[in-house]
Amino acid sequence: MKDERTFEKAFKRLEEILEKMNDGKISLDESLKLYEEADQLIINCSKRLSEAEKKIQVLTKERDGKIALDDKEEPILEDFS
Amino acid sequence: MISFHPMEKCLSVSELTYYIKEKLENTFRGVFLQGEISNFKLQTSGHLYFTLKDENAQISCVMFRGEASRLRSLPKEGDKVTVRGEISVYAPQGKYQLVVRELNFAGVGDLLLKFQKLKEKLQGLGWFDKARKKELPKFPKTIGVVTSPTGAVIRDIIHVLERRFGNFHLILNPVKVQGEGAAQEIARAINEFNQYKLADVLIVGRGGGSFEDLFCFSEEIVAKAIFESQIPIISAVGHETDYSIADFVADVRAPTPSAAAEIALGEKAHVLDFLNKTRHTLQRFLHLKINTLHQRLDDFLNLLERAILGEMRGKKILLDSFKKRLFALNPLLIIGHHKQHLQRITTQIDQGIVKITQYHKRNLVGLVNHLKSLDPKNVLKKGYSILFEEKSGSVITSAQDLNVGTNVIARLSDGSAKLLVEEKL
Repeated sequence: MKDERTFEKAFKRLEEILEKMNDGKISLDESLKLYEEADQLIINCSKRLSEAEKKIQVLTKERDGKIALDDKEEPILEDFS
Repeated sequence: MISFHPMEKCLSVSELTYYIKEKLENTFRGVFLQGEISNFKLQTSGHLYFTLKDENAQISCVMFRGEASRLRSLPKEGDKVTVRGEISVYAPQGKYQLVVRELNFAGVGDLLLKFQKLKEKLQGLGWFDKARKKELPKFPKTIGVVTSPTGAVIRDIIHVLERRFGNFHLILNPVKVQGEGAAQEIARAINEFNQYKLADVLIVGRGGGSFEDLFCFSEEIVAKAIFESQIPIISAVGHETDYSIADFVADVRAPTPSAAAEIALGEKAHVLDFLNKTRHTLQRFLHLKINTLHQRLDDFLNLLERAILGEMRGKKILLDSFKKRLFALNPLLIIGHHKQHLQRITTQIDQGIVKITQYHKRNLVGLVNHLKSLDPKNVLKKGYSILFEEKSGSVITSAQDLNVGTNVIARLSDGSAKLLVEEKL
């Protein structure tokens, strides 16, 4: 659940930034800095979320209905379409 | 409510019938009945009419089109069925009948019984307890699916995942989802996912079907596999109105396969939404900030412009007044003025001269006329004559100047003559 902690931290910070920027009292410089920071956080989080590459697989089966295993006793996966 | 006191009041047929109707319909609302079909009739309207009977009794039944259309096959004469419905009295014919809402063929009754028993048993064991339900992962890396590889379910799930979240990892463990051996396959698939730790969350399900079709998901072996699974399980069996034992044991019951996919994604899709929204909000704030600054800049610019324009306008007015004054001092203009003046004077002089000339002319004419009237010739014409001395030629105006014996010249208007003065008178 490392991800969850990472995300939660990021969300907290994002909310802080949102609040600050919504306040409108900060300078333009600061706004830009905060925006950059938020953008980076968003990019990182999105990356983490999308890390897994899209894969749709199906387990192959033996005649008796059990899943097929390879030499290392690992299930054999094939692309499903 | 019509009160019924048989000995006191004579009722109309309608009154009695409606009394019976009310009594019967209120009493027999949820009827669960088994019997044998006879007099089966399918009307063109789509409603089914039949009689249910056993050795000693029979009851008229109607199944309306809506419910009847959900039957996988129509019952025939002699079929043993179980039905659920309610008693309805049809007043115009004084008949009562069973309005059938659900009809199952014999055997299903046994299945239902089995279902009920298992449900009670597992409930007793605490398998349905909320406290035992596992929490779904918020950020699942791999979603395992136990269903038929050919049904609509896997398609629906993939469709939702693709729509909601581009990058996902799905592993399908293909199984039979109805008929002989289906329950065993389903249970084994769940166990295999656990044994090889192939997924973070599982979707177990199938599409809609009859109670018998769905029954493999209500077998104890499947319930056990779900209960023992270390991987959290979402069930999606049949339609929302269908219930299976699997639904009760599963950690989450999804009403449809699509919903199961949404649930399986956990917070992933929500987090993405949140991130996207946050980005938009931040962009909006930033734009707002920049726009506000822009506006202030514009305001300054306007003020500045206005100030400069004001200054310039003042200068211009001053300049214009200078111009006017300078123009007034233009020598050409002055010369022009003088010229005009001169012209006026010239004209006046000219007019003066003319006037004077005319005056003198008129005077002269008068004088001439006067002079003319004074011409001695003219006097002579009137009979006068002038005397001149013969020698000096001077005019004699006095008789004293006449000397007797001398000659004088007398001039008349048309000639002269020499006259001799003979004596003075």
